[in-house]
Amino acid sequence: MKKLLFGIVVAFGIYACGGGGESSGGGATEQTQQTQQEAKATSSGEIEIKDTLAWVGPEGAPVKSVELGPLNQELAKKGAELFKLKCTACHKIDQRYIGPALKGVTKRRNPAWIMNQILDPAFMIEHDPITRELLAEYHTRMTFQNVTKDDARAILEYFRWIDEKGTEP
Amino acid sequence: MRELLKKFAYVGTALVLVGVAVNSCQKQATKSGISADVAKQVYVPPGEYDEFYAFLSGGYNGQIDVVGLPSGRLLQIVPVFSVDPHNGYGFDEETKAMLMTSHGFIPWDDSHHPELSQTDGVPDGRWLFINANNTTRMARIDLRTFETVEILEIPLSGGNHASTFVTPNTEYVTAATRFAVPIPQKDMPIDVKNFKGTLTFIKVNNDPNYDKNDKMEIAFQILVPGYDYDLSHCGKGPSYGWCFFTSYNTEQASTLLEINASQKDKDYIAAVNWKVAEKCIADGKYKEVPVTYYHNYYDDKTHMAYSKVEKSVKVIDPKDCPGLIYFLPTPKSPHGVDVDPTGEYIVAGGKLATVLPIHSFSKMIKAIENKQFEGEDHGIPVLKYDAINHCEVPKPCLGPLHNEFDGRGYVYTSCFISSEVIKTDLKTCKVVDRIPVYYSVGHLMIPGGDSRKPWGKYVLPMNKITKDRFLPTGPELAHAAQLIDITGEKMRMLLDFPTMGEPHYAQALPADLIMDKVWKVYPLEENKHPYATLSEEDAKVVRKGNVVHVYMTAIRSHFVPDNIEGIRVGDTVYFHVTNLEQDWDIPHGFAIYGAHTSNILIMPGQTKSIKWIPQHPGVYPFYCTDFCSALHQEMQGYVRVSPRGAKVQLRWRGGGSDWKTG
Repeated sequence: MKKLLFGIVVAFGIYACGGGGESSGGGATEQTQQTQQEAKATSSGEIEIKDTLAWVGPEGAPVKSVELGPLNQELAKKGAELFKLKCTACHKIDQRYIGPALKGVTKRRNPAWIMNQILDPAFMIEHDPITRELLAEYHTRMTFQNVTKDDARAILEYFRWIDEKGTEP
Repeated sequence: MRELLKKFAYVGTALVLVGVAVNSCQKQATKSGISADVAKQVYVPPGEYDEFYAFLSGGYNGQIDVVGLPSGRLLQIVPVFSVDPHNGYGFDEETKAMLMTSHGFIPWDDSHHPELSQTDGVPDGRWLFINANNTTRMARIDLRTFETVEILEIPLSGGNHASTFVTPNTEYVTAATRFAVPIPQKDMPIDVKNFKGTLTFIKVNNDPNYDKNDKMEIAFQILVPGYDYDLSHCGKGPSYGWCFFTSYNTEQASTLLEINASQKDKDYIAAVNWKVAEKCIADGKYKEVPVTYYHNYYDDKTHMAYSKVEKSVKVIDPKDCPGLIYFLPTPKSPHGVDVDPTGEYIVAGGKLATVLPIHSFSKMIKAIENKQFEGEDHGIPVLKYDAINHCEVPKPCLGPLHNEFDGRGYVYTSCFISSEVIKTDLKTCKVVDRIPVYYSVGHLMIPGGDSRKPWGKYVLPMNKITKDRFLPTGPELAHAAQLIDITGEKMRMLLDFPTMGEPHYAQALPADLIMDKVWKVYPLEENKHPYATLSEEDAKVVRKGNVVHVYMTAIRSHFVPDNIEGIRVGDTVYFHVTNLEQDWDIPHGFAIYGAHTSNILIMPGQTKSIKWIPQHPGVYPFYCTDFCSALHQEMQGYVRVSPRGAKVQLRWRGGGSDWKTG
């Protein structure tokens, strides 16, 4: 791509000196076509997901799998605090807000997928078909809220607690 | 001087016209004097980074431009001494204190000479200092946030021009009086002969564990004769421990300085030994002078600026501190004084001289040891010119002003009157190359070019006059910088680009010394702003008499609260907006109808406050000013304002909640 761009610039220089405005326009068209082709290849290569509970996220996402132990109340409490500080401006547990309601999320999605969504939403928007569908529905890009892997694990535990116990931890 | 300038411009224009007539295809090359292959040297492809950060002062706009080199792309504008409607600096409630002085709140100044902090004589990418020339101050910018975090007023001074120049480990930053004034200030007849000057040394707290921003304090001021102290640079290597200040108007004219301050063939460079000054301070050889000045700094955790009012300074009279200061006679009304990377050569910008004087530090030390004095001036020893001078570069150019170094034994000098940059061999004192610049160059800058280790790849002259270089924009034209390749034997012109305000000096350093340390957000966990709202459910409106505080949150794409009722004419309303985002490059803005202020731009995790005094009953919209998401246009709200004394209940809602009351 770098080489290609450079080629165009050189061509530009030569054409401009020959006094041809049209020729330089041709160079620009060539560049646009190239970009469009790349975009097509990306959108046609999307994966279809049958079992969303088994889907951890696309190749390259930060979390491959999560080992879930018995419910940990301390961890869930930490997750609840983080959720309040960093997530509640867009998510509520019981109702749709800027993003989806999160009650039942651990029954719908794989724990690794949940952590990936928290840890690298930009990557998920680009590569994960479920996330792309969610963006189309909710219109707002989910934002990374400067959390660590441990923070994301705690937030996951909070969701598990809500889904298992039906109460705040 | 003006006539000469015109002549040069005419000759230049004539050359261009000839070029056009001969071959229109070579028009570009002829006009700018460049060869066709320079484009690849300055072309930074989309998505790729520049090699250097450059910081250009904004002069009379009071700001700093951050520019990428070699592309010349403008990356950011940092407000320092001037209020900035772009982000609310100086308008919002948090940063007003940054611009407080002993003369009250001042919304503007003239920012001149930026200087990067150094470690071991090399720019280290921590901080950038810059001076205010008019109402004498000095500022420090943190290069993790690119924000002005500290401003210190310089007392007992008039026109802080010989500033800001650092010692090799940023022990001190200099300041000095360009305009002699009564010291201390008092009502007296205008006669410069009865005025004084001061050379100020500001101590900087370099302790990496000290994380607050009140890092600067005035260590001492040196009382000097009432001349105009113009520019400065400090010694390094063998000359470590010394700083040098040029002076003009040693004639002490009070009026028509254009003629009356150009009478003498030589003025002085003041050589100051700051190690001796430290000893005199330790020995108590100073006077504590009562004077009021402001020290303002920004707290990264409370997101707020604070002012401390200082009450005295230590002033050293050279009479009480022998060995502190010597005068080096230097032709003629010298402007810049620049110390080469080895620390041996002290090069003056001779300005009105027909030579470029280069002094030798080792000769200066010998002359002091051998007491080679030609006399005293106001009790300060004046060294013999021949005893300290390394050489005079004969007929270098017209109007030499400033010098920078490439680290390979050459000095590059800007020549204002003849509009050129010349390259001189420091040892042989021979001019080895010269290149025209367009037009009337002031300062010039090589990345690290005033340090111990220059990155000697480019020189960037900053030109005062651009005339025919760009599309005309009315009577006022932007100034411009030009990028020149200095890696070869001959200098090669690469690029022109317009600059904002009037860049006086500039600094630059490799991008990797800064870019990895740059903050992306303010961590929400560390937000200690007294009016921060860290969660939507804590958003509220609180009335205290006629003052109403709105604790508001912002996230893509809504404010909480976004409906407020019960405000009355006569109220003063403060909106304290916390941006709950923790994602890079997602600021939110806030503006409300009729506010007598600018918008505020709130960085992720930050809290900022804006004051609103509604004038008339009505329902007034507010909105986010920074396009933040697909639903940015929906990021809006209303405030209902009732007549003075109305009984409408104070209530608010937002984020899907019902009306709440306080």
